[in-house]
Amino acid sequence: MDLAFLDQLWLARLPLLRGLGVTVVISALAIAAGTFAGVFVGLALTYGPRPLRWLVRGYTDFVRGTPVLVLVLASFYVLSTIGLQLNAFQAGVLALAVFCSSHVGEIVRGALQAIPAGQSEAAKAIGLTFRQTFIYVLVPQAIRQILPTWVNTAAEMVKASTLLSIIGVGELLLATQEVISRTFMSLPFYFFAGALYFAVNYGIERFGRYVDRKTTVPS
Amino acid sequence: MGYTLNFAAVWRNFDRLLEGLGLSLLLAVGAILIGCVLGLVVAFALRAKPLWLRGPAGIYVTAFRNTPILVLILFTYFALPQLGVRLGKIESFVFTLALYSGAYLAEVFRAGLISVPPGMREAGLAIGLSEMQIRTSIVIPIMLRNVLPSLSSTFISLFKDTSLAAAIAVPELTFEARKINVETFRVIETWIVASCLYVATCSVLAAGLRQVERRLAVPR
Repeated sequence: MDLAFLDQLWLARLPLLRGLGVTVVISALAIAAGTFAGVFVGLALTYGPRPLRWLVRGYTDFVRGTPVLVLVLASFYVLSTIGLQLNAFQAGVLALAVFCSSHVGEIVRGALQAIPAGQSEAAKAIGLTFRQTFIYVLVPQAIRQILPTWVNTAAEMVKASTLLSIIGVGELLLATQEVISRTFMSLPFYFFAGALYFAVNYGIERFGRYVDRKTTVPS
Repeated sequence: MGYTLNFAAVWRNFDRLLEGLGLSLLLAVGAILIGCVLGLVVAFALRAKPLWLRGPAGIYVTAFRNTPILVLILFTYFALPQLGVRLGKIESFVFTLALYSGAYLAEVFRAGLISVPPGMREAGLAIGLSEMQIRTSIVIPIMLRNVLPSLSSTFISLFKDTSLAAAIAVPELTFEARKINVETFRVIETWIVASCLYVATCSVLAAGLRQVERRLAVPR
């Protein structure tokens, strides 16, 4: 049994590795795009004029109230119906990026709002413009708050990337399922996939702890 | 383009969506009830001195927090039968979700336990309560009131995670929506209605739980 599994694992090494690669690419793309958009979402939530703020608040609340799987399925089925031809990979990455952007937006908003008002007032008192205040006073303090939580979001995105297997993107989980449907060894192969995901996420979690230690203000 | 919205097909099947939503809620409630008990036990184990309690509890929490829930669901449903553990779709899903939530709740409860001031335990000892009595009638009630906000956000995210039950064909909201989508080809309408149902339920849950939090908050 064990030897048979190792045999099959060796046979399946290339598809599984490719799956792992696709998982990493999906997660990286979604995190990059989601973070980029999320920063603007956070800024709009904090400093935007009222109508924009309401619009963006509606967006984040809607996205955060919907399960990621529903976002993935909706992005896959709905976008092609309205004439935007995306393949499963693109639709999936888009859904994950949207999900990521709303989370990052909330993190950014929370971090900016947690900075005591005295900081902006002090900056104003020494004659800094809003732009200068933002760059030299607010951002450096907000970053400390944002980074550790942001690393956690990255781990969430790796976990959420498994959902793309449902719309047929050949990432690690789908690759595993294909191997299982050929070998019928569901126990060891699911376990193996779980262990790979664990390894990736545990690495990210440890990195998050490290960042957390590095960014806390020594008291 | 040239797509005209027509919700009639979705409204005809609306009762199926509602039934799915009901099942989703039921799955989430079942999972959080078991998860709370599990999380509580594990939280005490995490805080215990002997390594044979702390070690396994720590491994359980780390393992379940770092593995995608979909992999866990598929593992329980498709792989455990090879070990002779055969569960129905719903039981298997609730079991997995409970284990998953237990890991998150253990962390929530552990943080809550730390926040209970040691003076409470000492006061309990002073009036002659046993360790177990102190836990059940002093520490846990205070801790539960303190962690209520994290508890309700965990519940809401669990409710959203029930959508994954669609992957093993449990007829909850996402599964029904996908079926209606395939049967009627009313793609946009189906997904709009399904996501609005999720969003609405989440906001109702959030508002309701906030009321409970306010009612039970420790008066200051």
